[in-house]
Amino acid sequence: MIKINKNKCDLCGSCVAVCPMDSIEMFETYLKINKNCNECMICVHICPVEALTKEDSDRSNV
Amino acid sequence: MIKKDYDVVVVGGGPAGTMAAQHAAKQGVSVALFEKDREIGIPVRCAEGVSKKFLKKYIDIDPQCIASEINKVRFVSPAKQKIDFTTLNPGLVLHRRLFDHFLAEKASEAGAQIFMKSYVHGMDNYDGKSRKIFIKHFDQEFTVNAKVVIAADGVESRIGRFAGIKTFVKPEDIDVCVQATMGNLKNIDPTRIEMWVSNKWAPGGYAWVFPKGPEIANIGLGICGKFTNKPSALSYFKNFIKENFPEGSALTTVAGGVPVAKHLERLVSDGVMLIGDAARQANPLTGGGILSGMAAGMISGKIGAQGVLQSDTSYNYLKEYEQIWKKGIGKEYNRFYRLKNNLLNLSDEKFIKIASEFENLKEEDITITKIVVAAVKNNPKLVKDAMLAFIGF
Repeated sequence: MIKINKNKCDLCGSCVAVCPMDSIEMFETYLKINKNCNECMICVHICPVEALTKEDSDRSNV
Repeated sequence: MIKKDYDVVVVGGGPAGTMAAQHAAKQGVSVALFEKDREIGIPVRCAEGVSKKFLKKYIDIDPQCIASEINKVRFVSPAKQKIDFTTLNPGLVLHRRLFDHFLAEKASEAGAQIFMKSYVHGMDNYDGKSRKIFIKHFDQEFTVNAKVVIAADGVESRIGRFAGIKTFVKPEDIDVCVQATMGNLKNIDPTRIEMWVSNKWAPGGYAWVFPKGPEIANIGLGICGKFTNKPSALSYFKNFIKENFPEGSALTTVAGGVPVAKHLERLVSDGVMLIGDAARQANPLTGGGILSGMAAGMISGKIGAQGVLQSDTSYNYLKEYEQIWKKGIGKEYNRFYRLKNNLLNLSDEKFIKIASEFENLKEEDITITKIVVAAVKNNPKLVKDAMLAFIGF
């Protein structure tokens, strides 16, 4: 799954614009990635501040 | 208090949205503007530069909103050669916070109601007269009927997607940027903007210095989305500052994405119009989007209100906005889009070669004509077109 580092994210919306699945929603103070995300990584690559990373599912289940 | 019905609902309180609200309200229809953040104008994700002449077409600006007046331009080559010249089309660097407040005030003076902390999270289909939109205002849910929805909700827009318009941007069509307003700068001229062009500083984009005072400037850079894997825009930015402006201290930092795409093929659906960054209407070459957003706001606001007054807010009526856009600014910007894609292929070596023609000239001897001549001689009509486009902001 895609993980958001809240300390890095500047809420600029670049990831929302490039998401082909419309999986990302931006609110005033936080970002949310919805379940239909297919982990295409486009948002991870576009983020200007490296706030998004892909975590392998094993770790995210912990 | 949020009412149940509005003639026109504007989503987003940037310059595009507030212009739309103002021009719709001026026609005498009821208008509400919903802004998700807690303050109009904040955060400022913008280098704040505009052309003075073009701004005048849209608004008589309060002088308080102006940080500095620009009449000089400097291009810095990858080898740090400097090309300085005076521009015949002076620019302004704005205080966007004040400017956006000023535009919002104009909208509310015209009769628009503005609501903060109001996030639009859904929208129903057009029922022949209006659309239902769903708003979270603080922690409360509201449903509003709107005959026209004007989506000015920025690069992160989702209203278009709710209306079935494909709005997602290809990575190569977005420039991701990091900028700081920096103080304590010793080597800037408050009347001069600078464009630093090199793939080592900002691959596929450029770095800028837009002064806001004698020692203060917006310094930032944007890189093409296809080069952003690693390092990120932020690390390019840190390196650029360390190398070129180590004395500066940051007063603000922001990240942002600028759609440098062709504008959307469809800007309109039944009861919906997309404007500004939401419609990918920024200048694809420079990334400037203030004036094009304001223009789209003005046109869509008027046409939306007229549709309400004529009792027709279907695609059929609202498409006039799309047609005006495509014939005017849209056509010009799509040309800039092709230009940008050609410029992406220009190497640092080529830029250095062009710049070297100017190295031994005095500033007063450099004119835009000479730059154009050198550019043409060295190749491309491309560079000529690009420079002309740039100095018009």
